[in-house]
Amino acid sequence: MKETAGTPVQVTGTVLTTRRVDAYHALTVVAPGIAERFRPGHFVSVAVGGPHTSMPARRAFSVHDVKPDYGGTVELVFAVRGRGTAWLAERKARDTLDLVGPLGRPFPVPRDPCTCVLVGGEYGSASLFALADTLQQRGCRVDFVLGAASADRVFGALRARRMGETITLTTEDGSLGLRGRVTDALPSVIADARADVVYACGPMSMLRGVTAVAVEFDIPVQVSVEEAMACGYGVCMTCVLPVIGDDGVTRMARSCVDGPVFRGERVRFEDVGTIPFDALGAPGGRAQEGGAHSRNVS
Amino acid sequence: MSVDMRTYLAHVELANPITTAAGCAASGAELSQFFDLARLGAVVTRSITMAPRAGRPTPRMAETPSGLLNGVGLQGPGVEAFLERELPRLVDRGARAVVSIAGGSVAEYTALARRLSDAPGVAAVEINLSCPNVEDMGRVFARDPAASAEVVSSVRATMRYDVPVVAKLAPDVADIVAIARSCVDGGADALAMINTPLGMSIDVDTMRPALAAGTGGLSGPAIRPLAVRCLWQVHAALPGVPIVGMGGVASGRDALEMILAGACVVAVGTALFHDPYACLRILRELEELLKERGFERLADAVGLAHRPPGAGPRHRTDLEETSL
Ligand SMILES: Cc1cc2nc3c(=O)[nH]c(=O)nc-3n(C[C@H](O)[C@H](O)[C@H](O)COP(=O)(O)OP(=O)(O)OC[C@H]3O[C@@H](n4cnc5c(N)ncnc54)[C@H](O)[C@@H]3O)c2cc1C
Ligand SMILES: Cc1cc2nc3c(=O)[nH]c(=O)nc-3n(C[C@H](O)[C@H](O)[C@H](O)COP(=O)(O)O)c2cc1C
Ligand code: FES
Repeated sequence: MKETAGTPVQVTGTVLTTRRVDAYHALTVVAPGIAERFRPGHFVSVAVGGPHTSMPARRAFSVHDVKPDYGGTVELVFAVRGRGTAWLAERKARDTLDLVGPLGRPFPVPRDPCTCVLVGGEYGSASLFALADTLQQRGCRVDFVLGAASADRVFGALRARRMGETITLTTEDGSLGLRGRVTDALPSVIADARADVVYACGPMSMLRGVTAVAVEFDIPVQVSVEEAMACGYGVCMTCVLPVIGDDGVTRMARSCVDGPVFRGERVRFEDVGTIPFDALGAPGGRAQEGGAHSRNVS
Repeated sequence: MSVDMRTYLAHVELANPITTAAGCAASGAELSQFFDLARLGAVVTRSITMAPRAGRPTPRMAETPSGLLNGVGLQGPGVEAFLERELPRLVDRGARAVVSIAGGSVAEYTALARRLSDAPGVAAVEINLSCPNVEDMGRVFARDPAASAEVVSSVRATMRYDVPVVAKLAPDVADIVAIARSCVDGGADALAMINTPLGMSIDVDTMRPALAAGTGGLSGPAIRPLAVRCLWQVHAALPGVPIVGMGGVASGRDALEMILAGACVVAVGTALFHDPYACLRILRELEELLKERGFERLADAVGLAHRPPGAGPRHRTDLEETSL
C-alpha cells in the first residue's frame, strides 16, 4: 500500500449508479485499485466513446468520493459540456468504463490542526469533500464557501452544511445565498474564522481571485487548476501553465502531473495562455540562444 | 508456436517492432509507472533541442474527428538536462533509447549529434526534420530535399558510426519519395514517417482558432491512410531502406497494415494518450494476427502488400528481398 499510494492504474470499472444532482450528473463506478490509492485532490481520466471511439483524448474528472463498498468505488460529478461528457451522461448501471487513476498531486494537508476555508466554484466543489473529511480527521476546523452562476449549479451545499463549521453560498444571479462571487464573501469568512489556510477548486478566474484574497491575508492557498488535457498522465505536454518554482524560475508546468494542485501564489494566473517572456526556454529569452524557432513544430 | 518478433532498425536489433512515437511519451518515466519500458522495442524520446524550450502557449490541443491537433512546440529541458537526468533513467530501466533531435539550423543539429555521440545508451538518433530552418526564412527542413539531406549528412558524419541515424519525414510535401531519397543519399540509415501534417480547427462558439498557435500538427487515426500511402510509396521506391511507420496506429491491425506497407518498426503516438498500455496491447494483438496468418517471423510480413496481384501464396524467394 505504501509504495502503491498515488501510482496510477488503469482499470475497467463497472458503473454502479447514476443520478442527476441539479445541473450535474453523478456516476459511481466500481474501480478497485483506484479507490485504495486515492488521496483528496486526485483526479481520474476516463476514455469516452466506447471501443471504436473517434475521440482519442481522455477526459479528466476530479474524484468526488471514494468508498470501500464493492471492493472500492469512486464517484465522479460532471457537467455535460461537449461530446465526451454527453456520452458519459448516457452511461447506465452495469456499463463499463475505462478509468486511469488516481492522477495528479493531491492537496497537501497541514501537520497540525488548524482552520481551513474550502472554496468551490461550480462542480469544483466536488473534490473538496474528501479533503474536508481528511482535514477533520486531523482535527482541523473546516469552513465552506461555495458558489456558481445560479442555484442549480452550486454543488454540495447540503453536505457542506453537515460538515462545515460555517457555510457561505454565493450565486451570480442571487438565486441562492449571497448575490455575487465567492471572492466577494471570502474575506469576511477568512476574517471571522481566523483561517490559517485556503483550499480552492473551480474555474481559473475564480482561483485567481481566491489567491489574491489569500495573499491579502497573508495565508497559504492551495488551488486545483483545470487545463485542457489530452492524457492526464504527463506524456502529451498539452496541459501546461506558467508556475514559479522553488528556485524562483517560471516553468511551463504540466497541470496533470506537476498539479493539478499548486500553491496559488506560484501560479501566474495573469499569464495563463501565454509563455511569459521570463519563463525557462521562452522564445527570445536567454535560454533560447541558438534555439529553434517555434513555427510549425509539433 | 510463437512468432519471432525481432526486427532491425538499420543494424540495431530490437526485441519487437513496437516503439513510442517522438513527443508522445515525454521521456518515458511517466509510462514506466504503468509497465516495464524494457518490454518495448524502443522508447523514442520527445525531440530534444539544444536549449530549454517553453513551447507554445495554451490551448495546445484540440480534438478533431478521430484525431488530435497539437501545438506543443517542442517543450523540453534542453540537451544538457536531458543527458543528465532523463537519458540515464531510461537506460537504467533497461529501455532501448532512440533519441529524437530538433534544431533550427544545420549547425544546431550537428551540435546535438556531437553532444549525443559520447552519451552512453543511445540506441539510435532520430532527426525531426519538421522544424523551420531559421537560416532559410523559416522554410521547414522536411519540405526541402536539399536542406533535409544537409542535416542528415552532417548528423551522420558526427554521430558514432555504430549508432543508426533515422530521418523523420513530414507527409505534407509534394513528393515524399524525393525527400526520402535525398535523406538516404545524405546517409540516413533508416526513415521514420509520418510526422504530423498541419491542420487547423476553429471553435465555433468563441469563433476563434481552437489552438493558441492557430495551426497545429494532426495525429491519430485520422491520418493513418496518409501514413500508409507515404510508407507504400517510399518502400516501393527504396525497398532496402528500413522504415519506422507511424500515424494513427491504435491496434494490432493498424500496426500490421503499416508493416505490410513496408514498415519494419511501428511507432505508437496519440494512442498512448488514450491508453497508457497501448504499445503492449498493440504488440500482443500484432503477434496474434501474424500467428493467425501463419507467419513465423515478423520480418516475413514487411512490405508484403507490394507483391504483385495474383502472385499466389507466399514463397520463400519472394520474402528474401522484402525481409530486412
Ligand atoms: C483535473 C481536472 C479535473 C476536472 N474535474 C471535473 C469534474 O469533476 N467535473 C466536471 O464536470 N468537469 C471536470 N473537469 C473538466 C472536464 O474534464 C471537461 O469538462 C471535459 O473534459 C469536457 O469534455 P467534453 O468531451 O464534454 O468536451 P470536448 O470539448 O469535446 O473536449 C475535447 C477535449 O478538450 C478537453 N477539455 C475540454 N474542456 C475542458 C476543460 N474545461 N478542462 C479540461 N479539459 C477540457 C477534453 O478533456 C477533451 O480532451 C476537470 C478537468 C480537469 C483538467
Ligand atoms: C502531442 C504530440 C507531440 C509530438 N511531438 C513530437 C516531437 O517532439 N518530435 C517528433 O518528431 N514528432 C512529434 N510528434 C509526432 C509523433 O511522433 C507522430 O509522428 C505523429 O503523432 C503520428 O503518430 P500518431 O498518429 O500515432 O500520433 C508529436 C505528436 C503529438 C501528438
Ligand atoms: S494532460 Fe498530457 S501531459 Fe498533462
